Order: sequence, then C-alpha cells, then structure tokens
Amino acid sequence: MSAAGNGSLLELQGVGKEYGGGGRAFVAVRNVDMTIRPGEFVGLLGPSGCGKSTLLRIITGLSPATSGRVLYRGEPLAGINPHATIVFQTFALYPWLTVQENVEIALKARGLPPNDRRVVALRLIDLVGLDGFESAYPRELSGGMRQKVGFARAMAVEPELLCLDEPFSALDVLSAEALRNELLELWLGRSIPTQAILLVTHNIEEAVLLADRLIIMGKDPGRVIAEMPVGLRYPRHRKDTAFMATLDKVYALVSGPSKPETGAAGTAPGQPLPPKRLPIARINGLAGLMEKVAEEGGRADLHRIGSGLHLELDDLLPVVEAAELIGFAQVDSGDILLTPLGQAFADASIPARKEIIAGRLLRHPTIRWIYETLQQDDDQRVAESYFLERLQSEFGENAPAQLETAINWARYAELFTFDDDTDELFLEA
Amino acid sequence: MRFRFGPALPRRPWLTAGDAVVLLALAALLSAGVSMAWRAPAVRRGPVISLSPSALPAYALLSTARMAAAYCLSLAFTLVYGYAAARSKGARRVLIPVLDVLQSVPILSFLPVVLLSLSAVLPQKPAAEIAAVLLIFTSQAWNMTYSFYQSLTTIPSELREAASVFRFGPWLRFRTLELPFSALGLVWNSMMSWAGGWFFLMAAEIFTVGARDFRLPGLGAYLQEAANRGDTRAVLYGIVTLVATIVVLDQVLWRPLLAWADKFRVDTVAGEEAVPSWFGHLLSRSVILDRARARLVAPLVERVDTALAKHLRDAPDAPGGAGRTGRPSTVTLVASGALALLVLYGGYRAAGMLTALPIATWKPLLTGLGATFLRVAAALLIALAWTVPAGVAIGMNRRLASFVQPIVQVVASIPATALFPVIVVALLSAPGGLNIAAIVLMLMGTQWYLLFNVIAGASAIPQDLRFTTDLLRLPFLDRWRVLILPAIFPYVVTGAITAGGGAWNASIVAEHAEFGGRSYSTTGIGALIAGATSRGDYPLLLASTLALIFTVVLINRTFWRSMYRLAEERYRME
Repeated sequence: MSAAGNGSLLELQGVGKEYGGGGRAFVAVRNVDMTIRPGEFVGLLGPSGCGKSTLLRIITGLSPATSGRVLYRGEPLAGINPHATIVFQTFALYPWLTVQENVEIALKARGLPPNDRRVVALRLIDLVGLDGFESAYPRELSGGMRQKVGFARAMAVEPELLCLDEPFSALDVLSAEALRNELLELWLGRSIPTQAILLVTHNIEEAVLLADRLIIMGKDPGRVIAEMPVGLRYPRHRKDTAFMATLDKVYALVSGPSKPETGAAGTAPGQPLPPKRLPIARINGLAGLMEKVAEEGGRADLHRIGSGLHLELDDLLPVVEAAELIGFAQVDSGDILLTPLGQAFADASIPARKEIIAGRLLRHPTIRWIYETLQQDDDQRVAESYFLERLQSEFGENAPAQLETAINWARYAELFTFDDDTDELFLEA
Repeated sequence: MRFRFGPALPRRPWLTAGDAVVLLALAALLSAGVSMAWRAPAVRRGPVISLSPSALPAYALLSTARMAAAYCLSLAFTLVYGYAAARSKGARRVLIPVLDVLQSVPILSFLPVVLLSLSAVLPQKPAAEIAAVLLIFTSQAWNMTYSFYQSLTTIPSELREAASVFRFGPWLRFRTLELPFSALGLVWNSMMSWAGGWFFLMAAEIFTVGARDFRLPGLGAYLQEAANRGDTRAVLYGIVTLVATIVVLDQVLWRPLLAWADKFRVDTVAGEEAVPSWFGHLLSRSVILDRARARLVAPLVERVDTALAKHLRDAPDAPGGAGRTGRPSTVTLVASGALALLVLYGGYRAAGMLTALPIATWKPLLTGLGATFLRVAAALLIALAWTVPAGVAIGMNRRLASFVQPIVQVVASIPATALFPVIVVALLSAPGGLNIAAIVLMLMGTQWYLLFNVIAGASAIPQDLRFTTDLLRLPFLDRWRVLILPAIFPYVVTGAITAGGGAWNASIVAEHAEFGGRSYSTTGIGALIAGATSRGDYPLLLASTLALIFTVVLINRTFWRSMYRLAEERYRME
C-alpha cells in the first residue's frame, strides 16, 4: 500500500454530477470536496434530495461523476471501486437465494471455490448472530435480520471502505437501535477488517450516535454546507447534555437560519428572478406543526418537535420551510419560533385559517400566476398541461411536484382546484 | 403481482412512425412470400389419417412434439430478443415497436402465405411441419418476450447496484438476478402461450383449400377426419385424447413449474397464495432427485458457472444497467441501411402487386372485411352477455368458484379449432349455415378469455367495498353501476382485447370449410383469403391478408388502446 494521497483513503475534489444536458440539466451535486481517512466513521447527513445517495454512488463507482476527481488511496477511480461496498437501505438481498447463498454469491463473483465460500459465509453469518438461519429465505426474516444478512454480505468481501446507505431507515425503531449497537460493537472492537465507514443518513440523532465526524449537505443544488467533528466518547447516550447540545448544533446547521422575507422573489414563468420553489409539504402538516409549536409556547426545539410529531427530518423540514415561506414561523439556531401571524393561525377557526392562508398564498409568485391565469380565462378553467409546460422551464423535472403542491395548498385555501376527469384547473366558485 | 389474462399494452401514442415502418416491413415480407408462392405445386395431397383409436397415442405425440418444438423456439427467441431490447438503447428503439405491432397482428392470416412459400422451396412434408411450428411460434413468442423485457427493465435498482458493487460478471448477473427476477412472469406467460398454441396447432393441422391439402398427421386432423366421415365415436375418442393430453401436460409440467417459480416472487407481502401442485410436491419429496441434485447437478452448475464467468468476464458492463449508448457502429449502420433498402424494395414490390389488382376486386374485399367485423363484434357481444353475469357470480362466490372453476378450465382448454369440423358438420344444414358456424367458432375461441378475466376482476373487488355496498343497501342496478361494473372494467377490457384478436384469427379457418369433398364459403375476409389460396390468385391473397392485418392493428390502436387507457387511469384499484 502506498502512502500517496497524504494518508487519505478516499478523496473527492470538486466533484459534481449533472443529469441531462444543455439548458435542462439537473444538478444533483455541485463542487463537493471531501476526504475520508483510515480509522474514521463519517456521517453524511442531509435532507432528501440533497444528493447524498448520488455521492455514495460516485464514491463506489456505480455512477461516474460528471466533473471533478475521485481519488482512492491517491489513485483516480475508474469503474466500480473494488475496495468499497454498500449496505443498502432496502437490503437488496436476492429473494430466491437463502441467507447463506446471499452471502456466498458475493464471494462467488470473486471466483472463490465452493468450500472457501462456505467457510467464510458461515463465519460471517455467525458473527452477525444469524446462525441457525443459514437456509432461510429473506422473506422468512424480519427487517432487522435481513439487514444483518446485508451486513454479512458486505463484510464477506472484506471492504476497506464500508458504505451504509440509510441502512436503518427501513427498520422498526427497536431493530434499528439493536443493529446500530451491534455495528458499533463490531467497528469499535475491530472485529472486521474495515478501514473506514461512511454512513449516509437523514436521521440526525443516528448520525450523532455513531459517527466521529459529520459532513452536512444542503440542497438546490446538492452541496456540502458544513463539516463538524463529533467529540463524544462511546458509548453515547441520548440523554447526556453533551449529546443534546451536539444534536442542537447539528439541527441548527441543517435547518439554517431564516432568510428575511424578500416579498415576491422569483417567478411566474418568464420573470427574470430565480425560481422560488414551493416546499413539497402537505398543508395539513403545516396546521399540525403550528398547533404543536403554539402548545409549546411559541418557541420549540426542532428535534423535539420532530420526535413529538413522529416526523423524520425529511418530513419535518419541508413543513418548516413552508411555515417560513408563508410567514408563520422563523428558524433560529435549531429552534422554531411562531410569528404573530403564525400564532393567529394556530388560534383561528378552520374558515379563518383558510382566509389567512389564502391571503398569504397569493403572495407566492407561482400560485398567484396560476390564480391570475385562471381569472383571465373565460371559463376560469385551464388545462393542467398549460401550467406544467410553463413550469417545466423553471423547475425542470420538479414541475409536476411543484404543481401538485400548489394545487394541494390552493385547494385548502379554496383558491382554485383540480378536475381529475378533465385534467383542468379551475377557480372555486 | 396479480396477472390478468392478456397482453400489457405500453403507453404510447396510437400510431407512430415506427409502427408504419414495421407494417411496411410486414407487407414486404408477405409480398416476398407471395412471389415465392407462384412456384408452389398446385395440387397437394394430404396424409392419410387413420381413425383407429390405436393411432391416437402417436397422433397425440406428434401434436405435442410440434408444440414443444415451437415452444423451445419461442423461449430461445424470448431470451435473446428480450435481453437485447433491455440491455441496449439502440436495439430497444427498433425491437419494441416491432414487438408491439406483432402482438396485435392476427397471426393465423400468415398461414396460407407461409404454407405456400415454404412448399415452393421444400418437399411437402417438412414444408407443412415447419409452417405449423412457425405459426405456433408466432402465436407464442410475443407475449413471452414482452414479459421478459418488462421484467428486465423493472428490476429494482438496488438489486442491480448490489450486482455491480459485488462485481458480478454478465453471466452471474443473468443467472442470479435477471433470469430469476423474470422467472415468474416468464412461466406464467409460457403457460398462456402454450394454451393459446393449441388453437393454432389445430388450425395448421386441418388447413385445406381446394386441391391443396396441407393437413398434418395429428389430433387436429384426426378430429377433422372423424367429423368428415361422421364417425361420432372417433370424434369422442379424439376429444378425450386431446383433453387428456392438455390436462396431463398442465398437471405434470406447467403447474409444478408455476409452483416452483413462486420462489422467485419478489414482493415479500404474504396473501396471494401460491398455486398448489401435487406433482411438484411429489417431486420435491423424491429422495433420488435430492441426491442427484447434490451429487450431480450442483457440481455441474458450479463448473458451467466458472467456465461461463471466465469467458464472459470481459464483456462491458454498463454501470447501473443503463445500457450502452453512444453512436452506433459502422456495422450497425450498414446493416440497418441494407435492411431499410430491402424493406423499401419489398414495399415497392407489394405496391406493384396491389396496384395491378383490378378495381373491382377491392369492393368484395371491403365487403368481406365488413362482414367479418360484424361477426367478430357479434361474437364479442354474445360472449360479454353471458360471461359478465356468470363471471361475477363465480368470482364473488368462493363456494361456487371452487366448484365451477376446474370444470370451466377443462372445457376452456379444448382449442376451438379442434372442435370446428364437428361444429361445421352439425351446423351446415341449419339455417344460416357456415355464417352461424363461423360466429360460434369465434365465440368458442374467445369467450374463455373474457370469462377468466371477469372472474379475476370480480374476485379482486376489495372486501371493504363489498361490505360498504351491502351496508348502504344499494339496489341491484346501483350495485352493478357503482361497484361491480367499474371494478371489473379493466379486466373486461384486457379480456376483450385478447378475445377480439382471437376472433379475427378464427375468421381464417371459420369462414371456409371443406366437407365431404365440397367447399363451403361465406362472405368474409377469411373466406377471401382461403379462396385466393386455393385459386392461386396471389395478388388477391396479398391484398386481403394485408387488409386484414391493417384493419386489426388499426382497431387495436384506436378503439382498444383508448379503452385500455381509460381502464388504467380511471378504474384502477390501488
């Protein structure tokens, strides 16, 4: 092994990934620099759609970067990274193979003879605590056990870099907790030859529980917005004040401070300013959030709100963003604060809430543009495709989701609605 | 995964440039076949069919062998064609539209052209055999290929990525991921294809026009001979043998296969129970087979895997399974250029032959098309009228279903073409004669598709909705209007598409019959095709075959596709 690459295992230099081309290109990640050193457990954290999975696929060589360089031990990476492997969110086990066959297949692909495969597979199945289940099929196992097979298979090929792609998010709470602890035990006890672990997750608590260092990504476009070490000793406890403080710090980094309201920034199609995206959130979630924060006295910890409403970060952030956009709340160092308007909304009756929302929504350029277009139409009905086409030039492949969200919000506010039979939008009489 | 009995239509516009090219190529191919037909012998003597019951096992074996040969051909075609279409973007652009058109073409209309052109270049016996196998192949291959292609393109991306991350070579990926993932759909479609194949086999075995007797020794010819000679006992023997052959094959081959393929189910949701198979169960408990598997099969498989992995290792592996893209190679360009020229030339020849036809021939052609269309519509309407109430009754009543379903399955397994000679004999003297017999034949070939689909649709109505309807005490008519009809609509449409295709096919053999040394014909496109074949009027044969193909493709693309879309968008249960 060479000492090249200043001792780093993996290095990304200005890595970017674009899909499509020309004017319609969609930037998944832009200009990412990152280093992973031997002995590190790195958490890659960010909301969904920030490109962290894309980054993982670039690191493992599953999909090539469109710009920048990927170095592994100082050497540029070409094709699949032979020293890295992935544990997948949905386990990616072959349903028609038994537990043992699923582990063995990874070794068969490397050309190991049958007897060697069997020995290695049995040892690893033992290591993850699945002995007795060798001949079971994945469908007979619980989610947690299936993921154990995923870990065994990944470790069978003795990777230097073990990439975990949200490995606990498809599991129930208890199995996830148990598996996290088992992983830590293997890692800290050095019972696996793995040099470094990269954990991709949107669960902040999980990242703080496991990782030595966090890399935090933001979206639009996907990029690294912060890095911070986690200086906590193992085993970490959720109730520790140091743990809570770290958690708060990460929440603050992830959600960022509120930007001041700039009036009608961006765009009805054709206007010069950059498009202002609607957060993809259901309006009912907004009402729930407002009530919850009001209950807490108008100011609350985001991560407590999240766990109180049983919302993952992915589900919580868009709702918070929506509240900010409408002017109901502000975010400040990991806390959410109601504005007077938000307070009024939380206290209002249902018809009054609709009034408040309607007034605020018409300040959003996309929604106002749709509303005015409908008003100007003779029948006050316009085909959905008309709006979609124009939104496409602003939002590209996100246009359908944008329109759907706009309709969902406007329906609640009784501004306009959608006729599924004719695929038309029309004004509420 | 819940299967409907019928093709899955891709969501595409109703007629594309690609379709036009494919249709042109078909026209070119047919005109080439027709020009070969000039050299076909004008008189052709068929085989001597023995009506002795002792001849039946041999006939059953011959018929089954033809089916097996065609099926092997279909399977090989499916694997190669489907894999190519799924792996390469360039290939996909050509292969999928071709498949799409071929799926909706009435296959039986090719029979005369194929028979004539093959007998022009081959000795009589092999010509008819090959024509039969080709015909069955064309009836079996498309839905299998489509299913395989669809499976390959819907493999979950994480399973694909796992294969890449663990560096599977092309062979290992094919046999651990791609083939198992497609297995269930492939087995299911194989079963459907096999069942449908009997219809075409029987048609091929009994095909006779004028002095040209293209019959083949087999169960179909046996039944026809028996009906012709009025030998009721032989007819009975023949039907019993046919049903026994079909049922035995179903029990010892297809059921065990389907039960075995259930292990390749991907969704981990329990609920849809596996198909039970007594024979498969028996096999799985066999000690000898178990030993053989451990001692012989496993080492052999290991060897094959190692060898193939070594040989195929260097093949480029597109990451993420996106398929190879980029510029086509020179070879591809030259080949497709040559092909295009060939198609254009063939199209030109076809046009030449068609324009040489006197204007007067087009009128009976249109009349014939209209008459056949009316017959197809009548058969469909009659089928709908009885299958919808019956299917709903069976589908919504488990007790009734468990009792009736096996009987229906056996009756439905008899290919309509096998019984056709019997029906002709019975109905020729009745008022309406062959005209009515043709509708009956179409009905027999098509009603089962509808019935099975209606049963499937009715039994898929969620229990909650049925309870709600009960609680609301909806009157009888509202119950049908609000719950039952919308729920079964998608199934009825799929069934009707397949049934319609079958009815058009049936017209080829139904509108023309040879009985007691005399020919009987009725007005219709099938009669025209048969007449043109027997008289050697090859331009008319080409014109009527093409007219039939275009009409059916057009009806599929306009009427059925919009119904299908309506069904998928509005009446889908989620």
